Amino acid sequence: MGKQSEFVIETRQLTKKYGDFVAVDKLNLRVRRGEVFGVLGPNGAGKTTTILMLLGLTDPTEGDVRVLGLDPTRRPLSVKSRVGYLPDQVGFYDELTARENLIYTAKLNGLPRQEAYRRIDEALEQVGLAHVADQRVGTFSRGMRQRLGVAEILIKQPQLVIMDEPTQGLDPEASREFLDFIRQLKQQKITILLSSHLLYQVQAVCDRVGLFYRGRMALEGTVQDLAKKVLGSGYRVFVEARGDRDAIQKALMALEGASEVRSVGNNRYEIAATQDLRPEAAKAVIQAGGKLFSLAVEEPNLEEIYARYFKEVEHGEAA
Amino acid sequence: MAKPREQAIRIREGSPWTGLWAVVGKEMADHLTSARMHILELIILLTAAGTVFAASENLRTTVGQDRFLFLRLFTTGRDPLPALVGFLGFLIPLIAIALAFDSVNGEFNRRTMSRLLAQPIYRDALLFGKFLAGLFTLSLVLSVIWLLIIGMGILRLGLPPSTEEVLRSLVYLVVAIFYGGVWLALAMVFSIVFRQPATAALASIAVWLFFIAFWGFIASSLALVISPVRYGFLEEFARLAQTELYLARIAPNTLYGEATIGILQPETRSLGVVLPTQLQGAILGSPLPLSQSLALIWPQLTGLIAATLLLFALGYVLFQRQEVRA
Ligand SMILES: Nc1ncnc2c1ncn2[C@@H]1O[C@H](COP(=O)(O)OP(=O)(O)OP(=O)(O)O)[C@@H](O)[C@H]1O
Ligand SMILES: [Mg+2]
Repeated sequence: MGKQSEFVIETRQLTKKYGDFVAVDKLNLRVRRGEVFGVLGPNGAGKTTTILMLLGLTDPTEGDVRVLGLDPTRRPLSVKSRVGYLPDQVGFYDELTARENLIYTAKLNGLPRQEAYRRIDEALEQVGLAHVADQRVGTFSRGMRQRLGVAEILIKQPQLVIMDEPTQGLDPEASREFLDFIRQLKQQKITILLSSHLLYQVQAVCDRVGLFYRGRMALEGTVQDLAKKVLGSGYRVFVEARGDRDAIQKALMALEGASEVRSVGNNRYEIAATQDLRPEAAKAVIQAGGKLFSLAVEEPNLEEIYARYFKEVEHGEAA
Repeated sequence: MAKPREQAIRIREGSPWTGLWAVVGKEMADHLTSARMHILELIILLTAAGTVFAASENLRTTVGQDRFLFLRLFTTGRDPLPALVGFLGFLIPLIAIALAFDSVNGEFNRRTMSRLLAQPIYRDALLFGKFLAGLFTLSLVLSVIWLLIIGMGILRLGLPPSTEEVLRSLVYLVVAIFYGGVWLALAMVFSIVFRQPATAALASIAVWLFFIAFWGFIASSLALVISPVRYGFLEEFARLAQTELYLARIAPNTLYGEATIGILQPETRSLGVVLPTQLQGAILGSPLPLSQSLALIWPQLTGLIAATLLLFALGYVLFQRQEVRA
């Protein structure tokens, strides 16, 4: 215990039962230092429950948790002083100002006054709330509250940040800013675990994702990994070329990594592939005596992976 | 595979009171600035000023004849007004309930609970901090009233209180604070049990009304069942009265009333069932020394303190088991 391991979060056979209901089922989750890990899954999959166990806010029924090498059930204070948490529904004291709210947090963290004030000013500046620092939080919009939640995390100077659906209810511009903020944290070598239903955003910031389903980790890995596992081939290459259709199609089919080539009318072809095959496809078209007009690629898409996976699961269950 | 959980001997890291004073400070600041408390403080101050003024009006005629004139300021009523201690018997529970009925569920409803508990503190510190803040606020309000009474007494009666009077009224202050503590802890328990603050407030007030309005009647009926009078012997009646007294003492207001008479009316030699509003007709005789009065009310005072602690412990257990998310 306590030794620095490669993993910032490590759970072994982690289980949480509410009565007979198993909310989290023998979960093995590992998040590396400096990584942004996205937790996905349908409502009730056990994402929030897992997060609460990581923070020691609810006790596991069985299994082991290590966060930053510490056991949150036995050393909750050490864990909680090193981990920043943004709950799915973040609330503040409406009758206090933004600054007063943060001062309370700083006091609970036992920060010395001078240091606290300095960090609070910095944090408010960083999240763009400096101009309303002395305004009552009751007057804040949802987005402003969310940013105040981030400021609260910043004053703790955490090594790990856990966010539960952080962009829920934010407008597109605010979500984009939020993603930028996550990237900034990543640059500061802070490990991040976030849960979300917005797959596009998860794909945009996460190094790896875990797909939760009924309390288990159904899939885990980079988006490319998942694409390979679920879709078989994650990339789609679109080719527009004139020439002998059969010859071109045959040449494209022969490419390594191409799993399927379809002619989609009017000199257009669609290749399903395990990687970006544009250069190889260009070469193949020319060698087959065709004239290349355009090339395009579509990267593996988390939405698609997600939709396909759950379709298969449903299918599997129906059978 | 999973190790057996190391929870059997659960040694928690650090002090359970980490962050306690941060919580107390925040909560007290809330209490002292909230409109709700301002209204209640105003009511209680006006009541105190009014009743003490009325009492002093009565007492001015007896200056020089009574050793405990100052204490009479607390216990003298003037029709139709009850004495100050009687009024406080009603008002203290109200203030205490107002201080605590939304203390825990309020955090859930404002969605601040999970954010709060994600800070490096234990739940112990949060709950106890809230309780202490309530108790301190109550003590502050009651101390102000105490000072007001002493000040008004000096002005209106034209003489300073004796040391014994000051000491006795200070003991009364302690009794009043823990009488409030019982209701504070009770309202806090309800604020843990009920998610709606309004429900918690109503439940607390229901208990309060039950003890004030119905418990006396229920106690006497129950006493008849427990210690029935079959043959009309004197001992039977004595036992009946005794049973009724014990039952009545379950009510915090009975304990408060008895302790109040015992300490503020030095002539009191034994305590029977007396409602706070009937304080004036207590047993007269030569006054007891302070130490003996203290010994007389000791069970009542410790009873109030014990009830406070028990209720707080109950709230503590319930709160520890509560899910952060609800
Ligand atoms: N206190 C509780 N008592 C009983 N069941 C609970 C309790 N808390 C959560 N659950 C159940 O545990 C399951 C997992 O809930 P959890 O909140 O972890 O899901 P989630 O993945 O975060 O879902 P969402 O995407 O909707 O936030 C749900 O089916 C929920 O009903
Ligand atoms: Mg959730």
